[in-house]
Amino acid sequence: MLSTVIAIAEQVRTGQRKAVEVAEESLRAIDTLDHELHAFLAVAAEPMIQQARLVDQARERGEPLGLLAGVPVAIKDAICTRGLVSTAGSKILSGYVPPYDATVITKLRAAGAVFPGKTNMDEFAMGSSNENSAYGPARNPWDCARVPGGSSGGSAVAVAARMAPAALGSDTGGSIRQPASLTGTVGVKPTYGRVSRFGLIAFASSLDQIGPFATDVRGAARVLSVIAGKDPRDATSLDVPVDDYEAACGKSIRGLRIGVPEEYFAQGLDPEVEASVRAAIASLEDDGCVVKPVKLPHTRYAVATYYVLATAEASSNLARFDGVRYGLRVREAHDDLRAMYGKTRDAGFGAEVKRRILLGTFVLSAGYYDAYYLKAQRVRTLLRRDFEAAFGDVDAICSPTSPTPAWKLGEKMADPLAMYLSDVYTLPASLAGIAAMSVPCAPTRGGLPVGLQIMAPALRESTCFSLAAAWEARLPTQLPPLGFER
Amino acid sequence: MSSVYEAVIGLEVHAQMLTRTKAFCSCSTAFGAPPNTQVCATCLGLPGALPVLNAEAVAMAVRTALALDCTIRSRSRFARKNYFYPDLPKGYQISQFDEPFSEHGSMVIDVGGETKTARITRVHMEEDAGKNLHDRGDRSIVDLNRSGVPLVEIVGEPDLRSGVEAAEYLRTLREVLMTLGVNDGNLEEGSFRCDANVSIRRVGQEKLGTRVELKNINSFRFVQKGIEHEIQRQEAVLSAGGTVVQETRGWDEKTGSTFCLRSKEEAQDYRYFPEPDLPELVLTDDFVARQRQSVGELPRAKRKRFVETLSITASASQVLTSHPKIAVFFEEAAKLHGDAGRVANFIQSEVLRDVSTRGLEADLPVSAAQVAALLRLVDQGTLSGKQAKDVYGKMVRTDKAPEVLVAELGLQQVSDVEAIEAVVSGVIAANPKQAEQLRAGKMGLFGFFVGQVMRETKGAANPGMVNGALKRLLEV
Repeated sequence: MLSTVIAIAEQVRTGQRKAVEVAEESLRAIDTLDHELHAFLAVAAEPMIQQARLVDQARERGEPLGLLAGVPVAIKDAICTRGLVSTAGSKILSGYVPPYDATVITKLRAAGAVFPGKTNMDEFAMGSSNENSAYGPARNPWDCARVPGGSSGGSAVAVAARMAPAALGSDTGGSIRQPASLTGTVGVKPTYGRVSRFGLIAFASSLDQIGPFATDVRGAARVLSVIAGKDPRDATSLDVPVDDYEAACGKSIRGLRIGVPEEYFAQGLDPEVEASVRAAIASLEDDGCVVKPVKLPHTRYAVATYYVLATAEASSNLARFDGVRYGLRVREAHDDLRAMYGKTRDAGFGAEVKRRILLGTFVLSAGYYDAYYLKAQRVRTLLRRDFEAAFGDVDAICSPTSPTPAWKLGEKMADPLAMYLSDVYTLPASLAGIAAMSVPCAPTRGGLPVGLQIMAPALRESTCFSLAAAWEARLPTQLPPLGFER
Repeated sequence: MSSVYEAVIGLEVHAQMLTRTKAFCSCSTAFGAPPNTQVCATCLGLPGALPVLNAEAVAMAVRTALALDCTIRSRSRFARKNYFYPDLPKGYQISQFDEPFSEHGSMVIDVGGETKTARITRVHMEEDAGKNLHDRGDRSIVDLNRSGVPLVEIVGEPDLRSGVEAAEYLRTLREVLMTLGVNDGNLEEGSFRCDANVSIRRVGQEKLGTRVELKNINSFRFVQKGIEHEIQRQEAVLSAGGTVVQETRGWDEKTGSTFCLRSKEEAQDYRYFPEPDLPELVLTDDFVARQRQSVGELPRAKRKRFVETLSITASASQVLTSHPKIAVFFEEAAKLHGDAGRVANFIQSEVLRDVSTRGLEADLPVSAAQVAALLRLVDQGTLSGKQAKDVYGKMVRTDKAPEVLVAELGLQQVSDVEAIEAVVSGVIAANPKQAEQLRAGKMGLFGFFVGQVMRETKGAANPGMVNGALKRLLEV
């Protein structure tokens, strides 16, 4: 079984293991498990072996190796990879091969990471269960009848099932944290602007952030330290030095003040999830943290605010998929240009994407803009102020990541609103642009993973890592029942 | 236009800025490259690509706003204008909407000897779209080289009252942009484009009439003719008891009339919203001050200065400031020679004939130093005015100094008294009848004798000396 990011990098660096062996092990796991789990939309076996070979050759020549030398990192299909199909889980980009690498990919390559393939996701990152993938859902390795969460479900599954020790996802309203929670993995949504979005196929530009999944907290810290930083090609990326996240993982948490918002322990929260999360918070208190209640009074408006702003931006971001330059074009004799657009987009987009494009188009329309878009922007400011006020008193805020553990495939597909509510605890941090992560806590009696969400002020990822690493040390690692040799 | 109605016109001008690279990526803006060779992920609208603002474009747009006396906002936002069209790769244009970086400007224009101040609503920057080409049979193709080229948009208040005023507004604005080096003023290649909002109302009425947006008016002549035609059309509609319909109309040069492009019902809802991929545009006082310094002298001020300090006529000043390169040429020659009036006359009568301009470039046939040197030879009496013109003809497109040409051509003005008197005597002897009449007081014949002497000397005789000799020998 594949070990952790840091262990693999160390083994490859010291020559204990060849990068090619690690890559082959990753491919074997994919070969064994993925026909059932469907974490990958495309497996890049040959390119990965080639990448690994280059790492081994570099070592043989005595060249210094990067922080992720030989570490397999699975890549969400919304992130552009030169020469590797990138569909964002949509039929409209079926077969689309980007001519350039996203900045995060360039950085991972430079650090020596290798890419087993592109992971399954809800189409254009719109969904919370992975069931909106145009290529069929990924499944939860803890129970294949259940969803892995979304939208970065494939990345979460790849890591949970140890097909890769780490993966990249993107989080717009919880798309890293929620699947991390549902699959028992560590998932980080960095501060908005901490990681370059250049090359991330956009869903909602003011919310999208790329972040890592990993089997452990330190692995996530290392991947984030590689991909974070100012990018001249993303004007919204922040020009602030990147902290040493790995060092933060070993730092004492004694005296850190943890806020517990009552709004996150409200109606709709599964009692087993609540018990597990409260136990984790109590453990942090035992380790010397000061736990106190905080108020985030506008939390209940987050879902409505998010679905106005995110869909508005999405309606515009997805306009480029028009069949003119790339991707799907319905090739038949069209009466006019509008017919070509209409038929192409009708055939290329799935139901949820269409629903959100319509919603977003509506809220930006003349006569409705002020009542919806503008009002939502104002509420977003109030949500941001909630956090500013709370962080005046505490260093971090802890809550459940998802109100429930993983649900059955198909369970919420007929009820979009129920699906949207599964993100109720992750949306506020996205709207506020702050740092947040999900780390596993004790599973339910039925053996389903539960996630603890740790939120910290903008650019304080280190605080999240310190707390998550301390908590992780208290919790024996759980593995999904996939017959791994222990 | 009858005296019952008054026209109300406002112009929107889109001018391509002369930056080296595009507004939001580093592709070249050079015109005329093979289709789709100056493109990248960003200006092709590839999935995942992001815009990064070009600082040079911001500087040019700010200079334009300052030259038009606009107020600069220290913080402004870009916005997305959403619509589908094959030449618009992202499905939206990055522009500015409710928070432009500048507003409340004005520009003075001269119309029929009067000056008029036209208010400017706003100046903002945006990106150009590509070009759809429909000349390939049943297929249309798209060239995206132009996609993302930075534009400065200048929106004027409805302060203009006639097609003539509109054309003058446009000429003045074009001159300003060219002087700033922001735009090449090229209407034919579409780097300077204009739309007009035209309405009419009863004279004395405050409320504006229903406006029609006029497109495809890409020459000064079309602007004037299109607007005049549209005013007449609206007047005819109202006079017949009808109502003007809000719509977009195009100008058809062949029929000399406007035609409906789309009605108000077909008008698009552009769903503007703040561009989330770009942070707020922050213009510091320091940046604005630096741009203000680099605005320099504008054409109107230059014209005034030429008249007031160089003492040339208003009409000469108008001609000599018609292109930035010509103005520079004139000033340099005037400075080298010293007599601006004579330099102005010579440039207008000789040099401008051979000047061709293309955008901001001007192909001047000689250098300012050559002109100054040539006129100095006339001052010194080495060349006559007529000889100077001949020498100029030889100078065109060579870099030979006039002194060299004079030597090569053997052209020296004859200033030898005895030689001239000898010719004059000969001419008088050959025309005894005319000499008699002149002596009897028919002074009109004096010019005849001057002409004869000049013909004999092939124009080389010093005219002053010829006059003197004639007077002496004819005793008049």
